[in-house]
Amino acid sequence: MKDQDISKLEQKFQEKIDNDIKIEPRDWMPDDYRQTLIRQISQHAHSEVVGMLPEGNWITRAPNLRRKAVLLAKVQDEAGHGLYLYSAVETLGANREQTIDDLHSGIAKYSSIFNYPTLSWADMGAIGWLVDGAAIMNQVPLCRCSYGPYARAMVRICKEESFHQRQGFEIMTTLMKGTVQQKKMAQDALDRFWWPSLMMFGPNDEDSKHTAKSINWKIKRHTNDELRQMFVDATVPQAELIGLKIPDKDLVWNKERGHYDFGEINWDEFWQVVKGNGPCNNHRIETRKKAKENGLWVIEAANAYEQKRKIKKVS
Amino acid sequence: MNSLFEYLLRLGDDSLIIGHRLSEWCGHGPILEEDIALSNIALDFIGQSISIYEYASEIEDKGRTADDLAFLRFDREYKNLILLEQPNGDFGMTMMRQFLFDSYRKLLFESLINSCDDRISAISIKSLKETKYHLKHSSEWVIRLGDGTDESNKRIQDSLDTLWRYTAELFYEDDIDIELKSSKIIPPMKELKEAWYNNVKEIFSRATLTIPNNNWEYGEGRRGVHSEHLGYILAELQYMQRAYPGMEW
Amino acid sequence: MANKEWPLWEVFIRSKKGLSHKHVGSLRASDSQMAIKNARDVYTRRSEGISIWVTKSNSIFASKPDESDSLYEPSDSKVYRHPTFYDIPDGIEHM
Repeated sequence: MKDQDISKLEQKFQEKIDNDIKIEPRDWMPDDYRQTLIRQISQHAHSEVVGMLPEGNWITRAPNLRRKAVLLAKVQDEAGHGLYLYSAVETLGANREQTIDDLHSGIAKYSSIFNYPTLSWADMGAIGWLVDGAAIMNQVPLCRCSYGPYARAMVRICKEESFHQRQGFEIMTTLMKGTVQQKKMAQDALDRFWWPSLMMFGPNDEDSKHTAKSINWKIKRHTNDELRQMFVDATVPQAELIGLKIPDKDLVWNKERGHYDFGEINWDEFWQVVKGNGPCNNHRIETRKKAKENGLWVIEAANAYEQKRKIKKVS
Repeated sequence: MNSLFEYLLRLGDDSLIIGHRLSEWCGHGPILEEDIALSNIALDFIGQSISIYEYASEIEDKGRTADDLAFLRFDREYKNLILLEQPNGDFGMTMMRQFLFDSYRKLLFESLINSCDDRISAISIKSLKETKYHLKHSSEWVIRLGDGTDESNKRIQDSLDTLWRYTAELFYEDDIDIELKSSKIIPPMKELKEAWYNNVKEIFSRATLTIPNNNWEYGEGRRGVHSEHLGYILAELQYMQRAYPGMEW
Repeated sequence: MANKEWPLWEVFIRSKKGLSHKHVGSLRASDSQMAIKNARDVYTRRSEGISIWVTKSNSIFASKPDESDSLYEPSDSKVYRHPTFYDIPDGIEHM
């Protein structure tokens, strides 16, 4: 194709984006747009699937039957959401197994929060409340993302996830109404998960290499720092309401800005965990790899059975 | 001893323990689709255990809640089938365990629908719907794996050989059953055995699997004598309730 | 490679009587029975009384978007640009 034709296509493409017309799988799109989406959606899908593990940890140890059922349903939802997202990735011409192999070999990333361990039952509360809370901040604007299949998957996901944050906050609230031991457990969970939750929004805007382009393409609607601020503003009053203390000595309400000011994130820790040196990186990936390897014979058997069945049908 | 209460424990513990085992798969399934299916089934069983224990706690009427029954009994007081506490093993082992149990459970609930105890009948109507779905899932997998590759055939045949010895217990009958049978609360268990055997035989033949020549009747789970595995299940299941007694969660 | 993956299926669901089936997404399954069962687990979380259609993704043919009229050779093609739509002989690892 001539350069002239491509620039015409690019212009048309950008016009559509500017007019909020969704891009669909077979529409022409710049290669960069495709690659950005593949990277972002598969990363999102991997986060859902790896994210099953820290919570999955506690299903067999949940303290009562209701909590057990809710936690199992929540973790199952995450598997479902992973699948919706892999399904969106496949519409871009990226093969699901290939993207999963990239995860296993360390090429593809996922949300760093899941590289932190879940040490107590209160962590189920903290994850639901903070991690799902942060995820919702990220995800709600993605429902309006310019790429149709991603936006549709996000609508479905946001609808189903509405109970995730609530159940987490309910766990925290119950603990804070409980014994001294339970209150300590809740505070300890907040202390460990607060900063990693803020890190979920990614690097500061000036260090975020993908943001500007993604906003121009309406893949992203807000910058990392905007979303982080929204999260802090929403979460601090919730913590205060149930008597939890946010572990940040710099946290203060700024009347002029109408927002909370908060302390600096430990970016060394952030980059270390992103690079694979977090407390659970190896363990999480090894677990996923093992699940896949242990399942290969099952996949092969089902294929072999179907082949035989087809042959029988013909003969 | 209240026979109905004891019987409900057997029914509820079966659901709880197999639900526990299946929930261990969450996040570790062979493929995402199957991970979701296994969690769905686990959720059904946890749900069944809740309604059964709730009824049991009413029947016992000593102030113990459904959660107390699930989390605060000693090992000898759990009355589940030994089959169900066996470790998950590979996916084939889990599917074989499930198939042997589902095919029994379907027959059981089909009969319990006609129980003259209304609550049991209502629980069975709901559970039967779920069980039919579970059985479809597990029997299809037994056939696929049995008639799949050489490797899958060998693996699932091994699972059958391992688990078959625990199936005699499915049709265990003692004074409790005899009493409830005579008051038409439960069906005569032994009469279900033939139907069960014919069903599994049919599926195994389609799966090209051979039923082992082992008729040794093993298993005293119904009387509370278990395999080594139950202790570890309880250690996890009861951890929070034992470590932090008497708290709300 | 060919034997390590299940085919991709597109899923269509009628969420209630009176509505037509609507595309909801895709999934992997080795056969149609499994595809329907997985669709129920994944896309309906077990609500009953609904109707599910599944079809292999590579048997859907799609019209081409208008904009490419002048730029592409006219031809109907498969619905998605999907690498697994093409059969590659065993023994070829990466392509």
